[in-house]
Amino acid sequence: MAVLVIADHDGAHLRDTTLKVITAAQKLSGDIDVLVYGEASAVAAQAAGAAGVRKVLTAESAELKADIAEAVSALIVSLAGGYDAIAIPATASGKNVAPRIAAALDVSIISDVIDVVAGDTFVHPIYAGNALETVKTADAKKVLTVRPTAFAPVAATGGSAAVEAVAVPAVTLKTRFVSDEKVVSDRPELGAAKVVVSGGRALGSADEFKAVLEPLADKLGAAVGASRAAVDAGYAPNDYQVGQTGKVVAPELYIAVGISGAIQHLAGMKDSKVIVAINKDPEAPIFQVADFGLVEDYKTAVPALLKALG
Amino acid sequence: MKVLVPVKRVLDYNVKVRVKSDQTGVDLANVKMAMNPFDEIAVEEAVRLKEKGTVTEIVAVSIGVAQCEAILRTALAMGADRGLLIETDQDLEPLAVAKVLKAVVAQENPDIVLMGKQAIDGDNNATGQMLSALLDWPQATFASKVEIAGSEALVTREVDGGLQTLGVQLPAVITTDLRLNEPRYASLPNIMKAKKKPLDTKALADYGVDAAARLTVVKVTEPAKRSAGIKVDSADALIANLKTAGVL
Ligand SMILES: Cc1cc2nc3c(=O)[nH]c(=O)nc-3n(C[C@H](O)[C@H](O)[C@H](O)COP(=O)(O)OP(=O)(O)OC[C@H]3O[C@@H](n4cnc5c(N)ncnc54)[C@H](O)[C@@H]3O)c2cc1C
Ligand SMILES: Cc1cc2nc3c(=O)[nH]c(=O)nc-3n(C[C@H](O)[C@H](O)[C@H](O)COP(=O)(O)OP(=O)(O)OC[C@H]3O[C@@H](n4cnc5c(N)ncnc54)[C@H](O)[C@@H]3O)c2cc1C
Repeated sequence: MAVLVIADHDGAHLRDTTLKVITAAQKLSGDIDVLVYGEASAVAAQAAGAAGVRKVLTAESAELKADIAEAVSALIVSLAGGYDAIAIPATASGKNVAPRIAAALDVSIISDVIDVVAGDTFVHPIYAGNALETVKTADAKKVLTVRPTAFAPVAATGGSAAVEAVAVPAVTLKTRFVSDEKVVSDRPELGAAKVVVSGGRALGSADEFKAVLEPLADKLGAAVGASRAAVDAGYAPNDYQVGQTGKVVAPELYIAVGISGAIQHLAGMKDSKVIVAINKDPEAPIFQVADFGLVEDYKTAVPALLKALG
Repeated sequence: MKVLVPVKRVLDYNVKVRVKSDQTGVDLANVKMAMNPFDEIAVEEAVRLKEKGTVTEIVAVSIGVAQCEAILRTALAMGADRGLLIETDQDLEPLAVAKVLKAVVAQENPDIVLMGKQAIDGDNNATGQMLSALLDWPQATFASKVEIAGSEALVTREVDGGLQTLGVQLPAVITTDLRLNEPRYASLPNIMKAKKKPLDTKALADYGVDAAARLTVVKVTEPAKRSAGIKVDSADALIANLKTAGVL
């Protein structure tokens, strides 16, 4: 049984998520290949160094770099014959393409795997993480998206896998890449940060969101997240949304500022090691999951926190 | 231009989910059900395209139990023209739903299938992508903006790290994200009118699709509960506690 892991990267760096998906894949097989598509050269070398990788496959084209689902899916389907399972990080990019691959192979998709029970049996959350479903698949080939926060990373170094370029299948695309509008930030990425500072509707404006949360995030070396309400209101970019329908994070420390703690938000952060809530309403549901709660107006609490941090 | 909007009946997002004690699933007896929120966004977008004159007909389709009629009526009250209920008591996997929808597309010939990115019960985020693969149509998932320009849809998508805009040739599958629009509430007169709009009911068997389950549920359990910690009375006390916990 061999597993193909799809690498998560930004063209220059292999993300930690890839190393976590490899851990999940190791529960299926010892033969793990990693596919790096898009801008592959720098990242392929990093993937080859990861522990437990048998071979690194690379594929480059403009469409793959733009992450066009039809192109990515055609590539992975062309490689699928050599594998019993395909493990894809449950990122927006992975979720975009994984079901397309599964349907092309006429197999079911198993979304957001958080545990591998056996070669055909997996655990994944449903209902915003309020229930965990263990499913057993009858499909010979498995297509999974893996929730990275549920697995520890393999070592980033120590491996010495061979790197091999694969042919990119020709596809007539009916999709055209128009533009990208990426948020540039010097902060750690939300999915990988050890500390996350998140703001909610209470912040009231984009300026206030920045003015209050950024100094705190800077001091703690934290990534910044947000509730849906804050994103909907335009206080923070869409990419910041933590929750059932946004990003799932599990940092060492999660600080929720002016967030009520709706189940949809909790779904994205309740596996954090330590949760801090700052909210002026003592009845806010966020306190039911917080290790440390500070019932106070953020307008006084956050400056005091900054001062106490020195 | 014709739009097909698949709508799913799910547990209302405000309802607290209870896992059954025999671990066979989630308790759905006597709980409030509603249209999947992402599908409301899809219906709203279709209606707005119709109001702009781009779209001429909106067909809403739901696959599930007889009670799905209620959410189809909601779609009709929001502005869809016609409803189609494909009745089954079976819990279909996304692949099976996609296969049924493919058969519906063959009959209805829509230019766009506009659907939710994710149903908030299964949380699979899969059906649209699967349908698009089966149809060999382009896909534009997680849409926060849709503009139709001739035979192309320009779709801004919520992706990792920000936004991406793609142009997809029609016909295409588009799935909705939260920021696409804010769905309207159906007005009372429109709710009354919706009762008279056409709604067809078919049986799943009418579509001759292999909807057999590939997955068996071994068990459904409750996640480990997190218990509330302590309240601290000052920023200084908070920092002290975080240092003790080893996270600062
Ligand atoms: C289909 C669907 C998907 C969703 N997906 C997500 C998701 O992925 N992520 C997500 O976050 N939400 C999601 N939601 C939305 C969710 O239900 C809540 O509406 C949202 O999380 C609320 O955001 P909030 O806590 O910032 O705002 P509110 O609920 O309005 O809470 C604001 C909080 O700030 C406190 N506050 C106010 N002023 C101050 C002050 N001066 N100082 C301190 N505290 C103050 C208040 O006491 C309150 O508790 C989803 C909803 C639906 C229907
Ligand atoms: C073995 C098994 C057991 C199950 N047990 C339960 C259970 O106990 N309770 C339960 O509620 N569900 C159950 N299901 C159903 C399952 O949770 C999902 O609802 C189903 O697999 C579809 O996935 P999804 O809704 O997450 O799809 P997604 O891919 O997240 O849905 C995306 C979009 O597809 C469209 N869509 C999806 N389904 C339909 C539909 N039926 N009609 C019209 N449009 C649709 C909508 O536009 C929706 O927004 C079970 C499924 C299986 C296979």
